[in-house]
Amino acid sequence: MVEIRIHGRGGQGIVSAAYLLALAAFESGLYAQAFPSFGAERRGAPISAFVRINKIPFARHCQILSPDYLIILDDSLLFLRETLLGVDASGGILANSRKSLPEIKNQLSKRGFSIREDHRIAIVGATEISLAHLGKPIPNTVLVSAFISLTGIISGACLEKALARRFAGEVLEANLSLVREGARQVEENAWVDQASDTRSQTYA
Amino acid sequence: MLEAIEGSQAIARAVAMCRPQVVAAYPITPQTHIVEGLSRLIANGTLSAQYISVESEFSAASVVMGASAAGSRSYTASASQGILLMTEVLYNIAGLRIPTVLTVANRAVSAPLSIWNDHQDSMSVRDAGWIQLYCANNQEAVDTTIQAFFISEKTEIPVMVCVDGYTLTHTLEPVDIPSQEEIDAFLPPFHFRRTLDPQNPITVGTLVSPDFFTEARAVNHQAFKKAIKTIHETDDLFFQLTGRRLGALLSVTGDSTAKTGILLMGSVFGTLSDALFSHEEKDEIRLLKLRSFRPFPKEDLQEAVRGLKTLIVLDRSLSTGSDGGIVGMEVRSALFGQKNAPRIINAVVGLGGRDLPLSLLSRLLDLSKNPDTPEFLFADIEPSRILEEVSSPVNTVHSEEK
Amino acid sequence: MEDLPPKSVSLSLLREQQPRFTGLEAGHRACQGCGQALAARLVLEAAGPDVIIANATGCLEIFSSTWPESAWRTPWIHSLFENTAAVASGIEAAMRAQGRSTRVLAFAGDGGTFDIGFQSLSGMIERNHQVLYVCFDNEAYMNTGVQRSGSTPHGAWTTTSPLGTRSKGKKHYKKDLLSIIAAHRIPYAATASIAYPSDLRSKVRKALGEEGATFILIHSPCPLGWGHESHLSVEIDRLAVETGLFPLMEMERGELVNIMPIRKKRPVIDYIRPQERFRHLLEESDTAEEERNHLQALCDFNIERYGLLLDPEDTSSRPDSQSADTVRRGGTRWL
Repeated sequence: MVEIRIHGRGGQGIVSAAYLLALAAFESGLYAQAFPSFGAERRGAPISAFVRINKIPFARHCQILSPDYLIILDDSLLFLRETLLGVDASGGILANSRKSLPEIKNQLSKRGFSIREDHRIAIVGATEISLAHLGKPIPNTVLVSAFISLTGIISGACLEKALARRFAGEVLEANLSLVREGARQVEENAWVDQASDTRSQTYA
Repeated sequence: MLEAIEGSQAIARAVAMCRPQVVAAYPITPQTHIVEGLSRLIANGTLSAQYISVESEFSAASVVMGASAAGSRSYTASASQGILLMTEVLYNIAGLRIPTVLTVANRAVSAPLSIWNDHQDSMSVRDAGWIQLYCANNQEAVDTTIQAFFISEKTEIPVMVCVDGYTLTHTLEPVDIPSQEEIDAFLPPFHFRRTLDPQNPITVGTLVSPDFFTEARAVNHQAFKKAIKTIHETDDLFFQLTGRRLGALLSVTGDSTAKTGILLMGSVFGTLSDALFSHEEKDEIRLLKLRSFRPFPKEDLQEAVRGLKTLIVLDRSLSTGSDGGIVGMEVRSALFGQKNAPRIINAVVGLGGRDLPLSLLSRLLDLSKNPDTPEFLFADIEPSRILEEVSSPVNTVHSEEK
Repeated sequence: MEDLPPKSVSLSLLREQQPRFTGLEAGHRACQGCGQALAARLVLEAAGPDVIIANATGCLEIFSSTWPESAWRTPWIHSLFENTAAVASGIEAAMRAQGRSTRVLAFAGDGGTFDIGFQSLSGMIERNHQVLYVCFDNEAYMNTGVQRSGSTPHGAWTTTSPLGTRSKGKKHYKKDLLSIIAAHRIPYAATASIAYPSDLRSKVRKALGEEGATFILIHSPCPLGWGHESHLSVEIDRLAVETGLFPLMEMERGELVNIMPIRKKRPVIDYIRPQERFRHLLEESDTAEEERNHLQALCDFNIERYGLLLDPEDTSSRPDSQSADTVRRGGTRWL
């Protein structure tokens, strides 16, 4: 089973990102579940959402305490202890930021987070891409696309299918261009080596 | 057809396919998505119904009562404070034996204020005279909603479909929503024998003197006994239609030789099932999923605990000051005086949205193995968070630093 | 305006012979002289049998529906005290859903309307349900034994606005409910009195002919709570109108469109004298006189505000407080 936790701020489409990722997984024949972190937060407040993806059905309805992956929509949250809580060293962190990767790593270690060489961290400037293609600063689709490209757990075509169920016309076209752009930002299957197996031990 | 859908939207779709004619509701977290969904389905013409945006939950319950009494299938949904505000009407609807369906997106009751999930709201109205069915996942939420209309209209007892707030209502997961044809084949059009009709005027809601009051209450109580049969039959009929059983009133999973049982209601079932799957002592454990709290399946329970040495009863609500959780007391009462009745450990867990993790299973089993475990306890309490009585869990914040 | 029959036919004979729908049958358990029972009967005479009634908790509900008996010839439901407007909303929604034209009536007392049921009433009007809401206003919680309500007039004794060294009856004013109702821009709202049955019935017919929510406030004397002789209910209610204390009027979309003019204005003392609830105001004391003057001022204010006095130049044949049809059965004219 793959468990993903998404962090961001109210208004950035955190829940939509979680649902989109689960819908894409469902499109590709996997069993998936997505849910928000049940908050009463207002626009701008830090919130999170969870996604579980598995080859066969599962039944649990608990929160994700030790996610395999983090997707962070707002890099100011990257440096919070709560954000990094429980992250598996063999997993990966995908963050939306304008900063460079060395800069992010530097800031993390400055704030007392020990970064090892095998920590996988990827950075995508998703807000700018979204602004350019959608005219709105909503980084979720770009990041979801980058995430599935990195991990290879779902094909990009399934993500496009999931989007096509929700959007149509110009909005769909804009979102599809976000998908393509998101995938282009990262190295395809860069995190794939272990993703398919080590993370499915718990239940699958 | 299986689709990945948010629980609330799945429930809204299921309700719409049951063709209610009047929907009345008032927004409250975490129920709101359901009625928003219904409102959309009515706005875009998918469902032909009157949507009444009332000014309170009290009026929501009153509107559906009037609508059902006047011969239209009706529906409402609420949670927490909304259920409590409805309370007076809930008793009235049930007392008058008016069929309707209410979804409770289960949530804690203030104070302290919490918008998160537990069962305090529906448990607070357990004596109101409604059938109460609890759902373990969104598939059950959809299926139970459809069954609820059938059961309510057959028994003339209103039905509460209890769905864990957020944990189910806000979770997107695969759900098989029956087709309109399937539901139409299962659920006949609404026909109420005692409808308000000028052609055949009846007087409803009379004053009943002490000479007849006990009898009126007894009749309603007997109707619940009959409802046990109806709930079983409905599950059978539903199985013939969809191939899915929801476990009628109480269902058991696990080995019949198991010595430890865990009785629970709602979505924690899935978490414990998963935990059990990979547990090394899984042959030793039996899960008892209580679906119907009202009517309470006393005989089914007595049968289900046979052979158990220990029964752990999970409660997600509290009768403050009593000697146990609400489900726990009910179970104790049902098993009282039974030969070889198991030792009962009543554990309150998951209040006000406290997460019920996979590790809950081993924690409960540790408790069951310890002979010193009290009969009743808060199993997931963090003692370090209680600073002093009253001021913590912090419900009051002083504006000045001391 | 109703067509008057030829003068050669006795009006009273015609009234006797005209079959009217009796929605609230005789044999119920109301007190002698109950204004509410008469008012409810008059409403149903005008509304006819194709109605469904939602009734709030209160005297009317209690005296008409003690199981296994019922005085109602119409479908009738009692749910609770404070949800009548919402239950009626639900019934109306059902009628709409089923494509039926049956009219929905909501009946409640002043406690159930001015106070505890006010929220659901406001909601019902705001949503503009096709419901005629009738408030039988007897100006206190009579069903529970005469406690003050938001409708109890200033100065009136009740068990919870008693007399004592520090209390001279109700301290606060009667809530100006009609203005609040009118502020909803309700299609039709009116006040009526059991002393003027034709007027009352025509208002009911008018309300039922409107599209959307309508409201009628019917002043309904309560011999028990007001402390007057049972046979005086109708006369006392006429005095409430003739003094200006309870003006009869009609409002459309919140605007005043019609009033029943007072031909002969009576002093408020005539109204309060036969009522026990005002007896302390008849004392020879400064405070009593002050309260009497105060009540008179309220009457004068109403007369001024609504233009209640009949213009001597008015030659139209519209009914006024003297000429309008009045109840003469079951009691002689008093004073």
